[in-house]
Amino acid sequence: MNSDKVTKSLLFSASLIVLMVAAGIVFSLIGGSIPAFKEFGLKFIITNEWNPTEGREVYGALPFIAGTLITSILALIICLPLAFSTSLFVAEYYKNTRISNILNALVDLLAGIPSIVYGLWGFYTLRPFIVSLGLSDQGFGIFTSSLILAIMIIPYATSLSTEIISMVPAELKEAAYSLGATRLEVIFNVIIPSARSGIIASYILALGRALGETMAVTMLIGNSNVIPSGLFATGNTMASIIANQFGEASGLKLSALIAIGLILFAITGIVNGIGKSIIKRFA
Amino acid sequence: MTSIRTPALTNNIDVRNKKNKLFLGFVIALSIITVVPIILIISNIIINGISQINFSFFVETSPDSLQAMTALANNETIPGGIANGILGTFFIVLVASIMAIPIGLMIGIYLYENQGRLYSNILRNITEILQGVPSIILGIISYLWIVKHITNGFSALAGSVALSIMMLPMIIRSTEETMKMIPNEIREAAFAMGAPYHKVILRVLVPTGFSGLSTGILLSLSRILGETAPLMMTALGSSVINFNITKPTSAVPLLIWEFYNDPNMVKLVWSSSLFLMIFVLSLNIFSRSIASKRKNGKRR
Repeated sequence: MNSDKVTKSLLFSASLIVLMVAAGIVFSLIGGSIPAFKEFGLKFIITNEWNPTEGREVYGALPFIAGTLITSILALIICLPLAFSTSLFVAEYYKNTRISNILNALVDLLAGIPSIVYGLWGFYTLRPFIVSLGLSDQGFGIFTSSLILAIMIIPYATSLSTEIISMVPAELKEAAYSLGATRLEVIFNVIIPSARSGIIASYILALGRALGETMAVTMLIGNSNVIPSGLFATGNTMASIIANQFGEASGLKLSALIAIGLILFAITGIVNGIGKSIIKRFA
Repeated sequence: MTSIRTPALTNNIDVRNKKNKLFLGFVIALSIITVVPIILIISNIIINGISQINFSFFVETSPDSLQAMTALANNETIPGGIANGILGTFFIVLVASIMAIPIGLMIGIYLYENQGRLYSNILRNITEILQGVPSIILGIISYLWIVKHITNGFSALAGSVALSIMMLPMIIRSTEETMKMIPNEIREAAFAMGAPYHKVILRVLVPTGFSGLSTGILLSLSRILGETAPLMMTALGSSVINFNITKPTSAVPLLIWEFYNDPNMVKLVWSSSLFLMIFVLSLNIFSRSIASKRKNGKRR
């Protein structure tokens, strides 16, 4: 029986590693951002100047927080009708048919394509397309990034909501049909109300994905350190400023970038936490 | 449950049927629009990439900018390949797997064995939080921990640590889910025969859940293979093949990023992307097919 105790304590000590890693991440992010917060205080979050010139260094995270929130929320708005239609197609209209299996598999493929490949496609195909539409001179900017983000998060928004829509009990739907409801009325009066929280949760989790996406956005957003002035203006997100400037950063600038990382960590944590808690209440 | 609003039903049935059809049209149209970018992206990468792929693409290291420029000026194909990237990716991912897989399996089993305890619930929540952390933040963390303090410079190890933190929560979750699917009778039978705990795990639980465990591991691998941002901040990249864990190492996504930023080598971007995409997607599809086979087997 002694060997059982050894095994059990081995498993337990493995679990401590996760706790240590998680605590270490929070500790290191906070520790690394202390110099920036000491220098600028909480104004760091609401300052919109980013000036690395030596002697006049000023760093503010507001342009990047704004960039991240705007691109992600816009991406979610673009993704919403597409993901919702796809889940209805797969889980309701053509449930368990060959065509919906193919559609589902294709959407799943999207989750497997690396972020940098999305970036390349966005740069060489989507960007020229936006230019040819005359929407912007260079094609870089908030809208292009949001569009690529929307495509990237479709599988995350779709997979969970598909599952939840397909779990709506047939009895409920049949009861509505027997009362003479059309399919559209069944969808809006039975399926959506009973699957609502699960559908919302899946979109919130998709939003959480979009917030942290780095490479594709870095390649498309135009990398200007200002609050984006419009839909087709350039900007920068929290993830893209870190990816762009981390390599050459040191001292106060490094600390400012880590502080941006801490803010990003907090925002994604809150968004994912909300999504997960909705799912838990639903399940 | 909200009741069906009566006014809708008192409307003219023709109008209702028309609305119904119109909505179906919308759903089909939007579903088709969803598929378009998938097909465009994949076909675009294949068409552009296929022409650059040849034997030397797999066995030679990446060219420098000058070589590429000369080749371009003489209208030749750019020499060299991405061998340093392929082997670098392999090396970094291997080290990450060695760190993440055993620990992930152990924690997954621990969570299953200690269902309902407060500590397990906390652990599970922390794992979920960890799963949501953007990869770029793990890059920062690995930079602070490994690059600055352990290897004193960019290194393969730093890249592996960042990727292993990414893998860990995915493996933990899939392990716990797999363990839940194993019938309890099998475990009890093993314990009843007097098997010690570690033998029950190694000889009964792991083999029984093998397909589920490998699906989880393969899916997590397909997730990290294409990661670029955390490697930029940790492994950095290298123009030579490197198997020293404390030295900068290249990886396929890093090479794509390099090629993308160098106007002379931009052509190589497509072939490397094609290679990476095919590699990641086939791993992804393969692991999903194991998972669906398992599900179908259960149903029959």
